[in-house]
Amino acid sequence: MNSRDRILERIKKNLPQESPLPSVDINTNFSDLKEKFKATLTSIGGTAIEVTDWSHIKNYIQLNYLDTDQVISTAPQLNFKAHTFKNDPRALERIKISILQGSFGVAENGAVWITDTHMGDRVLPFINEHLALVINEKDIVSTLHQAYEKIDLINYSLGVFIAGPSKTADIEQSLVLGAHGAKSLVVFLMT
Amino acid sequence: MNSRHTDHATRAEKFNLDESRVDWHDKTLWFIREKRDKAAWQIPEWEQLRETASQIKNNVLSNLHDYLIEFEKNAQKNGATVHWASTPAEHNKIVLDIIKQAGARNIVKSKSMLTEECHLNEYLTAHGIDVVDTDLGERIVQLAGEPPSHIVLPCIHWKKEEIGELFHQELGTPKGNADPQLLTNAARLNLRNHFMTSRVAITGVNFAVAETGEIVVCTNEGNADLGVQLADVHIACMGLEKIIPRRKHLGVFLRLLARSATGQPITTYSSHFKKPREGQQWHIVLLDNGRSERLGSNDFRNALKCIRCAACFNTCPVYRRSGGHSYHTTVAGPIGSILAPGLDMKKNADLPFASTLCGSCSNVCPVKIDIHDQLYKWRQVLVRNGHVSAIKAIGMKGMAAVLSYPFIYNTSGSLGRWIMRYFPFLFSNRANLWYKQREMPKAPEKSFREWYIKNRKKK
Repeated sequence: MNSRDRILERIKKNLPQESPLPSVDINTNFSDLKEKFKATLTSIGGTAIEVTDWSHIKNYIQLNYLDTDQVISTAPQLNFKAHTFKNDPRALERIKISILQGSFGVAENGAVWITDTHMGDRVLPFINEHLALVINEKDIVSTLHQAYEKIDLINYSLGVFIAGPSKTADIEQSLVLGAHGAKSLVVFLMT
Repeated sequence: MNSRHTDHATRAEKFNLDESRVDWHDKTLWFIREKRDKAAWQIPEWEQLRETASQIKNNVLSNLHDYLIEFEKNAQKNGATVHWASTPAEHNKIVLDIIKQAGARNIVKSKSMLTEECHLNEYLTAHGIDVVDTDLGERIVQLAGEPPSHIVLPCIHWKKEEIGELFHQELGTPKGNADPQLLTNAARLNLRNHFMTSRVAITGVNFAVAETGEIVVCTNEGNADLGVQLADVHIACMGLEKIIPRRKHLGVFLRLLARSATGQPITTYSSHFKKPREGQQWHIVLLDNGRSERLGSNDFRNALKCIRCAACFNTCPVYRRSGGHSYHTTVAGPIGSILAPGLDMKKNADLPFASTLCGSCSNVCPVKIDIHDQLYKWRQVLVRNGHVSAIKAIGMKGMAAVLSYPFIYNTSGSLGRWIMRYFPFLFSNRANLWYKQREMPKAPEKSFREWYIKNRKKK
């Protein structure tokens, strides 16, 4: 008998009495989802910016990141073509900022759900120096319970909740933004 | 009891030699406990979440056999290779074989208490593999040649000046600079090189979903994601008990995990790995190491519900004042003290006594593990099996006799008070452990019972 079968046999022998699966019956709803999302995101070190169309985003990027050679986006509306995705994900190390489309936001924790479909390359949201995510302001849910109802309808190979910039407090509990991933995170809320 | 290593009390005594450091350690951890409280109090349904999480975990334990098979089947469909290991030795060999097959000499690893449990780093190093821990706290203790002292905050016992000195020697940062921003950035630059050149990445697993065959890994730094997405091979190592039935249950656990751990509403990255990237190999190693045996124990099964948030560490008055290394186990603190005797009763017989049984651990546990009850039950098991010192055993037997016979109880009380009054040195000496760092109280005139009979009973 191999390890798998031995382990499974031991487990079967030791199973406790059946304990039923509870229903997850929690319905929290915030009245103003956008304001709650913005406040939570700010509290975890991110920045929320309301925009009405893609040209606002383009202006913001051009104003803050002069060297557009190091800007990349998977959103066709932005037309940042300076960098193309190659086979080697390591080449993305020089990216200053990427602008990616998220699926939706979560008001209670400031997280944005993004899947591999919108990442260009899976390493991009983590290897870029700064990250911007774009969501529709009507695509914000109250809690993670509603979030997973939405996720059930999304097909993905890699799905990530990103909540704020990468951070650490490992040195004497002092918060430092920019551990290994993005040093800053902007979420554009499109009306 | 302490044949192979020094016990918790001895190590704690050493830790307590530096009083100001103990105060600092105590306050730092209490600060995190307070952050946890603030986060929990913002959620009106917090208690409902805890109860739901606890019930889901109970269901997992009662159906673990079927859920594991369901997870394996779905993960394989997603493109993963699933391995099963009974022991740490078997686990380590599986991991080494995968690394060798990939032809890699250097690998990156994100935080995984399971690989610490298996002493994987030492094993791989002995086989010529260069392992780099990429979580900042874990990197710091790795450079210092120490194990983590806390499962969420591995170097919580280090002061920034000491880290500055360590980084000056290891990474060439300016001498005398202890700025957390500068030190973190130095680690970021140094570890980027390792990420860029490692073809194998090892991660832990926070949750594995039976329904979908995906795994979820939570980090704040982004180190797990960078490692995995730049590597040709991803090895995910997990304990059998990390299974949850459905994806929607992540909503319950992710709401509890970071709030309980650090007071954050969620970790920065909660990554759901469902299928590997094109051309990438994905291996999942499932470890038993005593878990399947523990499942059969009515008294100690519940410890398998743990989601490793460390809230019980931060609240524990003994942990805060004795430090993680006093526990001489991979998982310290109250949860570690009920896990460790299950793995090696003799070696860890001291740990269930490293508690005041105040119950604070059970009160903050997000999955409602009865930690302090289990600590108490382990003490009974340990005494029955002869794993406590002769003095403690005699003391306990003596106490049992006194408490069993009203006559002895009554006379020993007044005898004790009489001795304390007239021969205080018989109590105030080094043989009495209670006297250490404490003054003995003044003996009262009479017992409560005597007072009660005199004042109340006649009414």
